[in-house]
Amino acid sequence: MKLRYFAWVRERIGVAEEDVDPPADVVTVGELVAWLSGRGEGYAYAFENPKVVRAAIDKSHVRADAKISGAGEIAFFPPMTGG
Amino acid sequence: MMLPMTPTIRLQRERFDIADETAALTRGRTEIGAVVTFTGICRADENGEPIAALTLEHYPDMAAAEIARHVEEAQSRWPLLGVTVIHRHGRIAPGEDIVLVATASSHRQAAFAAAEFLMDYLKTRAPFWKQVEKASGKTWVEAKDADNSAAARWLGPGAAAAE
Repeated sequence: MKLRYFAWVRERIGVAEEDVDPPADVVTVGELVAWLSGRGEGYAYAFENPKVVRAAIDKSHVRADAKISGAGEIAFFPPMTGG
Repeated sequence: MMLPMTPTIRLQRERFDIADETAALTRGRTEIGAVVTFTGICRADENGEPIAALTLEHYPDMAAAEIARHVEEAQSRWPLLGVTVIHRHGRIAPGEDIVLVATASSHRQAAFAAAEFLMDYLKTRAPFWKQVEKASGKTWVEAKDADNSAAARWLGPGAAAAE
């Protein structure tokens, strides 16, 4: 699946997007965050406070308990500050 | 009878002209009795510190979809005859416009309420992030609790859990 990162989440991880293939026991967005956090320092820093980071699956906001199966694109980003 | 309405939603780097956008919204539409416009403008300071510019990052496809969803929600709540939402991205200097929300209706109440609703949602749900350039460096703007409270007041009882 494709992951996209924005704003300081992107800066901390160091890439804007990537393709990942998480193990089968990673079922929810929250579990995906935990799995990503173990991939390196940048990821751990980006997700150091997982409650702050927001997620979207296929361009709709989701919560940490959302299932990732069938997702085409999952995005992680800070709370929004537009307008 | 209400005519079908196609909202105008644009995400762009370029500046926009408020008078042109308002004119386009009302041209030939004599049933419109009220237009409310809100313009968000780049200030020259952030928390008391002068800034050189703002840079807005966005998630293009999701921003367009999210704004369209909230415009639909506004149309279902109020008898609107026209809606225009323009949100800029990229580098924006102090004094330049960032965002325009214009709502048209037969009477002012619906236009005022819908414009406020759309702005509250743009602030907290549309995937845009502001970075400020100061003499001390670049920093990301932090989300404000006041904006979240402003958006939450449009939710019905029990709906807050979905946020």
